[in-house]
Amino acid sequence: MRDVAVVSVAQRQQATIAGESEVEFMIPVMQQAKEAVGLTQQDIGFTCSGSSDFLAGQAFSFVMTIDGTGPVPPISESHVEQDGAWALYEAWVKLQCGDIDTAFVYSYGKSSPGSLRDVLATQMDPYYVAPLWPDAFAIEALAARQMIESGVVTERQLAEIAHRSRMHAASNHHAVRRREKSVDEIMAEEVVMDPLRRSDLPASADGGCAVVLAAGDVARRLCERPAWIRGIDHRSDAHTLGVRDLTASMSAELAGQHAGVSRDKIDLAELHAPFTTSEHILTNALGLSDETVINPSGGALAAHTMMASGLIRIAEAARRITAGEGDRAVAHASSGPCLQQNLVCVLEGD
Amino acid sequence: MSDEVLTAPLVLEYPFTRTTGAIIGAFLTGLKQATMIGVRRSDGSVLCPPLEYDPADASDLDELVEVGQTGTVTTWTWNGAPRPQQPFDQDFAWAMIKLDGADTPMLHAVLVDGAADMSTGMRVQIKWRDDREGHIADIAGFVPVDGTVAVSWVSSEPVESVQSVRTPIRIEYTYTPGSSLSQYLRAMQDKTILGDRCPDTGQVFVPPRGVSPVAGKRTTEMVELPDVGYIESFNITRVPIKMRPDLTPPYCSAWVVLDGASVGFMGLVINVAPEAVRIGMRVRAVWKPDDELEMSATNILGWEPTGEDDVEIADYARIGRVDGGSR
Amino acid sequence: MGKERTAVIGVGQTNYTATRGDVSMAGLLREAALNALEMAGKTWADIDAVVMGKAPDFFEGVMMPEIYLAEALGAVGKPIMRVHTAGSVGGSTACVAASMVQSRVHRTVLTIGWEKQSESNAMWALSLPQPFATSVNAGAGGYFSPIIRRYMMMTDAPELIGCMVAFKDRQHALKNPLAHLHQHDLTFDQVVESPMLWDPIRYSETCPSSDGACAMVLTDEAGGDHHDGPVAWIQGTAMRSESNSYGGRNMVSPAASEECANDVFAQAGIHDRRKEIDAVEMYVPFSWYEPMWLESLGFADKGEGWKMVEQGATSLVGGDLPVNCSGGVLSTNPIGASGMIRFAESALQVMGEAGEHQVDGARTALGHAYGGGAQYFAMWVVSADK
Repeated sequence: MRDVAVVSVAQRQQATIAGESEVEFMIPVMQQAKEAVGLTQQDIGFTCSGSSDFLAGQAFSFVMTIDGTGPVPPISESHVEQDGAWALYEAWVKLQCGDIDTAFVYSYGKSSPGSLRDVLATQMDPYYVAPLWPDAFAIEALAARQMIESGVVTERQLAEIAHRSRMHAASNHHAVRRREKSVDEIMAEEVVMDPLRRSDLPASADGGCAVVLAAGDVARRLCERPAWIRGIDHRSDAHTLGVRDLTASMSAELAGQHAGVSRDKIDLAELHAPFTTSEHILTNALGLSDETVINPSGGALAAHTMMASGLIRIAEAARRITAGEGDRAVAHASSGPCLQQNLVCVLEGD
Repeated sequence: MSDEVLTAPLVLEYPFTRTTGAIIGAFLTGLKQATMIGVRRSDGSVLCPPLEYDPADASDLDELVEVGQTGTVTTWTWNGAPRPQQPFDQDFAWAMIKLDGADTPMLHAVLVDGAADMSTGMRVQIKWRDDREGHIADIAGFVPVDGTVAVSWVSSEPVESVQSVRTPIRIEYTYTPGSSLSQYLRAMQDKTILGDRCPDTGQVFVPPRGVSPVAGKRTTEMVELPDVGYIESFNITRVPIKMRPDLTPPYCSAWVVLDGASVGFMGLVINVAPEAVRIGMRVRAVWKPDDELEMSATNILGWEPTGEDDVEIADYARIGRVDGGSR
Repeated sequence: MGKERTAVIGVGQTNYTATRGDVSMAGLLREAALNALEMAGKTWADIDAVVMGKAPDFFEGVMMPEIYLAEALGAVGKPIMRVHTAGSVGGSTACVAASMVQSRVHRTVLTIGWEKQSESNAMWALSLPQPFATSVNAGAGGYFSPIIRRYMMMTDAPELIGCMVAFKDRQHALKNPLAHLHQHDLTFDQVVESPMLWDPIRYSETCPSSDGACAMVLTDEAGGDHHDGPVAWIQGTAMRSESNSYGGRNMVSPAASEECANDVFAQAGIHDRRKEIDAVEMYVPFSWYEPMWLESLGFADKGEGWKMVEQGATSLVGGDLPVNCSGGVLSTNPIGASGMIRFAESALQVMGEAGEHQVDGARTALGHAYGGGAQYFAMWVVSADK
């Protein structure tokens, strides 16, 4: 496999981005990522983006945003209706083909115009489940109760995860939920989606992320300490809740194995865990130990930008590697109910 | 310029009709008959509701079996009052319920007064809706087993086999037009047409998009444009379109390039027979009466000929003008 | 080390029709996927990854349907992706799937494009309300008719060229049992006399709304060599996108179209396009796009594409560059699948598996798809030879 690295990242996340369309708020993000490595759109070999029509309330919504890349003259480009982490995967595969040396990836989403937790019901089985309109928090709560009642996790452990997320987010100006709270304060919160508390649920955000990938010597030229992608893989679980073990994640474990997580020590992990319960499952599924700092950004609990949260995890992990805060990191993205699909990326600095 | 953010409600809804195939159809038919159908997997276990394909190995499943109407709650969460579109008439709990005779739990609602009435392991039974149509909500919900025997009865009348199910979707959004478009809409109220200018090439786009695609940059400079221009090309719709019952065919929609704009937009051509419309024809806006003006592009009823000489089109392949300096 | 040589060893389609009322959503996909697996001599277990493509989720009202459909497509425990690039999606999906194998990331990939438009209504899904905006069009025809009008004026093409294309494609469709429209008694005069819908586009010159799915199994060089059956070798893939509106944009032959074509033909080592390409499956949803694309793709000089149509050059019967022998988008249009059908039919041609609509001796073919405001392009060249 070719050596491919993340060489620059940019993001914006805010509780609500009012008054700016997706392309308007994404242009500075896209420009920042390219300018950081001195590349123009025309220098870039392939562009891939991720977004969702259902989230935007518009069919072909990505057509509005491509103008932000400056696609005149034309660019080699594609789009996935998935989190930008999968757009990054597609770009990584394209780089492996060898015809190009750089790729540009971006994804974005605005949850504020709709009710995300209700819209997500339309992802579910369209005959048996979606017509009942179970919201996304309820689905996760079903898994959470099973985890607690089977002894896989305690409420206190979940509160510790929520506490740590807030603590880390306090120093991340991109995060939305940044107020520190002690474990006891969190345990004292009202249960809003039995057994989940407010702090167990994601803090929704609008925003997006842009990442530049480069291969081999080009990466070395563009970035002093590239975050090399040493392994990347994604897998899906079954969809039907009734056939799944909701207290664990087979597909995250499998993706982690294929990405080679356990080959060496992991300094930090950015996990796309919208719920404290997801973080607990993923920590186990990826075999992460106490040695690993989990979600130093605060993670998706502190700011969950639908369609970009996964790409942002990759961006957060990569920039910390580049900054020398760690030598080896795991970045993870998920999609679907209760971590149905998982993408795992192992990043290393030289 | 006011900084107030423009918003408008946007509702997307459609009564989706899904055809079911044999397996899902059998389950839904069973619901009409107040029976629960599952499917047997190759390892002998029973999936309910039945899937067409085994998640384990993608093999076809076709051995249908009846399962019970009482079951055990394997997990739950309190929902409280129904959220939009949820088909329940009261507060309820979501639950996974393993019916007797099935090996996998199904998602549905348990109809109780509060979370205190819920527990993992509790026994529940189906409460059927009286008017069943072959829809998952034919099950009104589950209720605690109360000692009365849940009788599995099959309707004496044979029911028509279900082959499709209506599953309407309605989603509400709050649409916000974005910064440049908002300025354009506000200006519309004063019969002013704004475009935005590309910082690199000087190209002017109307309606403004906040971005210049030729530069890949934000456009923040707004430009006031006259409400006259010319037609670059046009379409004549000759049959009625459901979406626009107010428009009587034949009607002409055209690319209108305003003086000072680099590219056109689609507008309705009015006060002239469609047959008389020409590429290059000069047109001007016909506005709504002043007391009907809103922050909307619908302020312009259409575009009518000015009577001036036609503009000569140099290149039929290309549209608009390349304004400003070359790239 | 260059790219891995990649082969198409299986193609599977459903029969296309207005409403596939006999199957569920998953059932529709399974049909195409199983047909592709059968032709490939593979089982679900042999597939390493699944790449799905389709048009906007609103068509079926299922958000991110790869999540629900993973089970039906044997993707549990495997990677599954979902591409969305408007009308070109079937083509770009095939390109993405090809890159999975070309990169050696996976060995055998199942790719599928589909649409079950009958669950809603294509017109509704294509014209969702937008506050503050004034929409004067419904559907794609109103968008493309002004472009066609310009082409007609700049070339002075005879008025009935579009009708010739429509008639030809519908005749071709009679030789494709899977096509949606089988207009057995259709005469050329009937095409001409059909009511104008979006002048200058007649009803007979527009594409239907179809349900359907199209799948392919792609594999590596060893897999292609060992396959017990015909193989289509991928010689080149390309995608190009541009903005749909800016001053100076060529609407008749978009820059993205020309650059995509130049790229794919260069990769495939094609120098004389008309001579070296034996069959073309191009995305023609409105008849006049055939002469326009013939020019844009470099098969005809600018302004001369309509002459190829008039001369019958693009007909399966007697033409030297048969176009859309499958009947094309004009005869079958499940939007999410249409691009992939073009790619798949081009593969069937060089595999010699196109049945009654086979171009005799076809060895090299072009698959083409476009979408959005004629701004997204995906193309591939396949050949019977490595």
